[in-house]
Amino acid sequence: MQRVLIIGATSAIAEATARAYASRGAALFLVGRDTPRLSTMAADLSVRGASVAGTHTLDVNNYNEHAAMISAAWTALGDIDIVLIAHGTLPDQNACATSVETALREFSTNGTSTIMLAIAIASRLKAPATLAVISSVAGDRGRASNYLYGSAKGAVTVFLSGLRQSLYASGVNVLTIKPGFVDTPMTQSFKKGALWAKPEQIARGIVTAIDKRRAVAYLPWFWWGIMQVIKNIPEFVFRRIKL
Amino acid sequence: MTLAGQSWGRYPITRQKIVPLIDRQRELPAFNGWALPYGNGRSYGDSCLNPDGTLLHARGLDRYLAFDPASGLLCCEAGVTFSEILDLALAQGWFLPVTPGTRYVTVGGAIANDVHGKNHHRLGTFGHHVIRFELLRSDGSRIICVPGDANGLFEATVGGLGLTGVITWAEVQLRRVPGPWMETESIRFNALDEFFALSAESSTSHEYTVAWIDCLASGKSLGRGHFLRADHAPGEPGAKPVASSSSLRMPLTPPWSLVNRLTLRPFNWLYYHRQRVPRRRAMTHYAPYFYPLDGIGDWNRMYGPRGFLQHQCVLPPSHARDGIAALLHEIARSGMGSFLAVLKEFGDLPSRGMLSFPRPGTTLALDFPNTGPNVFALLDRLDAVVDEAGGAVYPAKDARMSGAHFRKAFPRWQEFQPHIDPRFSSGFWRRVME
Repeated sequence: MQRVLIIGATSAIAEATARAYASRGAALFLVGRDTPRLSTMAADLSVRGASVAGTHTLDVNNYNEHAAMISAAWTALGDIDIVLIAHGTLPDQNACATSVETALREFSTNGTSTIMLAIAIASRLKAPATLAVISSVAGDRGRASNYLYGSAKGAVTVFLSGLRQSLYASGVNVLTIKPGFVDTPMTQSFKKGALWAKPEQIARGIVTAIDKRRAVAYLPWFWWGIMQVIKNIPEFVFRRIKL
Repeated sequence: MTLAGQSWGRYPITRQKIVPLIDRQRELPAFNGWALPYGNGRSYGDSCLNPDGTLLHARGLDRYLAFDPASGLLCCEAGVTFSEILDLALAQGWFLPVTPGTRYVTVGGAIANDVHGKNHHRLGTFGHHVIRFELLRSDGSRIICVPGDANGLFEATVGGLGLTGVITWAEVQLRRVPGPWMETESIRFNALDEFFALSAESSTSHEYTVAWIDCLASGKSLGRGHFLRADHAPGEPGAKPVASSSSLRMPLTPPWSLVNRLTLRPFNWLYYHRQRVPRRRAMTHYAPYFYPLDGIGDWNRMYGPRGFLQHQCVLPPSHARDGIAALLHEIARSGMGSFLAVLKEFGDLPSRGMLSFPRPGTTLALDFPNTGPNVFALLDRLDAVVDEAGGAVYPAKDARMSGAHFRKAFPRWQEFQPHIDPRFSSGFWRRVME
């Protein structure tokens, strides 16, 4: 039985992933801000075959509460095989440009808090555990439409790359997940086109990438190609385009 | 987000705001104008549409509250689909008590349309198996509805077309089955009278009965077809795994309907003659048995960009034989034909909903490509036959019946009206109340 800790459990991608693990009969520990929704989810996942070891309410921006959550998770699950860090927001770039407070909070939510959680969790994981973290294709190159979000995700991507190297010898895998456009409540206001994926599709990709001990997973896979192109556009061209 | 909303018939296409519901414990999101809950869009006409209003998209309410594998009592949110219930429950020996011809309906939609299946003569409608549900009204109140309550909200909401409020969760009693297999028998019959004889003979011997009719046959072949009867059967639980999701799919909408005068006659002829022996028995997996069309994703696209119109009516027993013959005669005369014509005798169990469609008698379901005014004229002629026989047309499949017909066929509409949520309405409702 796999023991799985999910942070940001009420996000659409995390919930879909939790369902995939539930159908395998995993033991789950769910962390999120919204206490009633966590208990709704816990009941649902139990029906779907999980044993839910517990839920824990946490706002990831309260850094001094990270340690208590982590020990609660380890106490509830015994040991942990898979950690999925999935929380995030999609900030409004203009709001971040006009308010230092908003910019700092959003950077913390999408960047710093994830890194701090990864540091604290990595020290407790034992081989062959996997630490899987949802970053974003937006972290591959800054674009005018959302570069504060992009830079926070970029920081996460770079950090995870280093963490993966440093944990390699210990046998703990670090997986960087880079979803493209996903049709979730976070992106509710966007017009959806052919590139958009469903959370269930992303969840299947996450589970496969964890099973296969991948290092980086673009989801769906074609985003790897798109990002190769975007990353390789020369700056003198890139700065002229609207993206 | 304003989007062109579509029902399964792809007619009519209307514009409305779509607001997703994601948390059953939250209050309803703010909306302007009329609101209407929307499940998985499997109603055919405009009963799931709300032109210029708001659709409260409830497919995101897809969580289970509880399931007891010992008793088969399932409690789930209203956006859970029948397909998901089967994925969960069948492995534990439980099946839907009543299922329509697609497993992609939501529990909320199944209640709101009080859907029926091929076992209506035994187990009635889906509403007969609903123990209770929660109704969230636009004033923020939450009401647990149970049958027979003095407030009448259970009876108004079952078959109530989503107009009484949002169903957030429901408790449903599933039924035991020995496994995923069906013992089926297909009997070819040459005329309408044989259908009624087979139906009478099978109603006590078989749980599931339905017939397919060649609606282009006329003269002494009028009403010929295949009678299908079946029961759940024990079988190898592990035998032949069947893919749960469909791999075939209509990838795009062809510019014209693939169902047309050129294709209908050979299709109906071949379908009738595919079975050379008069009787054929088989062990069939439940998926192709109950949901043959679910095997082709987006099959509704084959009717082209203008969509199609369903027509399902029920005629009371006293007028069933002559009425069905008159309907088939009318269709054969028009030459328009239906790709699938389905005939079934309902049982006598009274439906619980004030606006439930199923009632004692014989039901005939047809679909026609939307070829313009001629098909609407034919449907009006069919309605006239139904009207004269004292029958009713099914709102879940309708996009064009007259208000007068609806009010005559559903006489409890006046009793129903005060239960409507004051901020809820639908394209269908405004049309038939005109």
